[in-house]
Amino acid sequence: MHLLKLISRNALRHKLRTSLTVLGLVVAVLAFGLLQTVVGAWYAKAEAAKANRLVTRNAISLVFSMPLAYRQKIRAIEGVKQVSLANWVGSIYKEPKNFFAQFAVDDAYFDAYPEYVMSEQQKHDYMHDRKGCIVGRRLAETYGFKVGDSLAMRGAIFPGDWNFVVRAIYDGAEKNTDTAQMFFHWDYLNETVKIRYPRRLDQVGVYIVVVADSDNSARIALDVDKLFKNSAAETLTETEKAFQLGFISMSATIVEGVRLISYLVIFIIMAVMANTIAMTVRERTSEYATLKALGFGPAFVGALIYGESLVIALSGGVLGILLTFPVGAGFASQLGKFFPVFQVSLATVQLQIVCAVVVGVAAAIVPARQAGRIKIVDGLRSIA
Amino acid sequence: MSDGNGAAPALVRLHDITKSYKRGAQIVPVLSGISFDIGAGEFLALMGPSGSGKSTLLNLIAGIDQPDSGELLVDGVNIGALSEVELADWRAGNVGFIFQFYNLMPVLTAFENVELPLLLASLSRAERRDHVEAVLDLVGLQDRAEHYPSELSGGQQQRVAIARALVSDPNLIVADEPTGDLDRESAEDILKLMQTLNRELNKTIIMVTHDARAAAHAHAIMHLEKGELSAREEVTEH
Repeated sequence: MHLLKLISRNALRHKLRTSLTVLGLVVAVLAFGLLQTVVGAWYAKAEAAKANRLVTRNAISLVFSMPLAYRQKIRAIEGVKQVSLANWVGSIYKEPKNFFAQFAVDDAYFDAYPEYVMSEQQKHDYMHDRKGCIVGRRLAETYGFKVGDSLAMRGAIFPGDWNFVVRAIYDGAEKNTDTAQMFFHWDYLNETVKIRYPRRLDQVGVYIVVVADSDNSARIALDVDKLFKNSAAETLTETEKAFQLGFISMSATIVEGVRLISYLVIFIIMAVMANTIAMTVRERTSEYATLKALGFGPAFVGALIYGESLVIALSGGVLGILLTFPVGAGFASQLGKFFPVFQVSLATVQLQIVCAVVVGVAAAIVPARQAGRIKIVDGLRSIA
Repeated sequence: MSDGNGAAPALVRLHDITKSYKRGAQIVPVLSGISFDIGAGEFLALMGPSGSGKSTLLNLIAGIDQPDSGELLVDGVNIGALSEVELADWRAGNVGFIFQFYNLMPVLTAFENVELPLLLASLSRAERRDHVEAVLDLVGLQDRAEHYPSELSGGQQQRVAIARALVSDPNLIVADEPTGDLDRESAEDILKLMQTLNRELNKTIIMVTHDARAAAHAHAIMHLEKGELSAREEVTEH
């Protein structure tokens, strides 16, 4: 009890110094949390991937397509439950800066992705409108899309004007479901392509292969690729997670850089904190010597120093964590188009707590050891 | 060897004590072959010029420093042979400290400062409170119990320090220049208080001082010069 009293009162002894140190920790823990969330956002799609979904693409590159005829052949492979397809469209909504993902998909797509949740009525309306489209909740909120709105898009991969009507808005069944995408009928794309660019007719970007038992995924992936070996469009089939990680690996250096910076921020605040504690201990040398003269051991003195360091570090840590949520929400609203899923995860909060504790302990190690070792007679001679 | 003030048995017994310090590569002798006894209930003043070794001698007797050689017995315990942990326990139960600059914890009230040594004893909260109130009453500061050191005068702070030295009821009280930071009036009050402790509570007090007026309050004065005891002077009236 007295130890806690001494620790708390010592921590508040130099209010300005303690406040500035806590502020530094708040900023560091907040920055760490946000940077970790950015890293998490990068991996969000991969994390949301399901084990029973495989993705088949052209073996050369995603830029190249595959014939529509592959769908039936893949469907015939043993263990395949369902095959869906999608084409990346990459159109521009009003201005190039308004970037969001758009896919032309077949009707089975929403069976393959049950995490995209919408009302039956809206789904029905979409299915019965050739120019209908479905937008995610975040996308709708970002651009103010409502059911019934007309969307005029300018094609980039498929040049020309494209007009849609918003027929449904989907929500995510899970926290990490991407709700910043737009989907429309693949048939609409294919029919338009038939008129505008006949050579690109019946071409598919990716097949989504839903397997009955995810234990058979590896075998089915091999079977699919074997099926189209030595064809004009050889395929590469991988799990949805591996497919998404393939995208991330393109920017792996950036992601690792962000991760490194997040730890660097913690290292810097650790150095600042260590300096603060060392300064504090130097000032109180005669007090520690007095305590030792009275009969208190080095462990008590050490506990005072570690305790004070931890109180400061955890105060900053807790405030930093509490601030991470509103600041993260602000980031999410501003950067939604870049990071469709930007959520502070439990793992990030746990890491923030660990960082605060590590900073508190590490900053006190050397000062506590020095204070514990100081001779009483030398300590009593020192003047703060 | 002296027998203290004659009749009293020796509480502190030093035999052939030597102590030196390292200053870089140089070894500086501070005390050489010091032998004397201090009787129980004695009030002894140690005087000498700066660097004569009087504070070093006091530190050895108080168990916060160790002699290089010789035997140092306090109440029959050879404290020179104790480990650091044993010495800390021994100090907690047997020695009260009074420092020149009071050395109070600035974040603790007078009451809490006095209570500090009792945290090392197995006493209940109520017992600790009784002890602290009793000694604060003895030094005349019961009404200042909730004041922080910064809210007290120098004389009052030294009284708190005396209360802290007394609270665990040690036989031996060591005081290093206890009036060195006080004005004459406050110094006189503190010295009278120390005399009272010595006379009425039979505490053995060893006080290091530069001030002859302060030393005159003791039973005896011992002079140290260049690490050697040069004389012991009995004070007839104090």
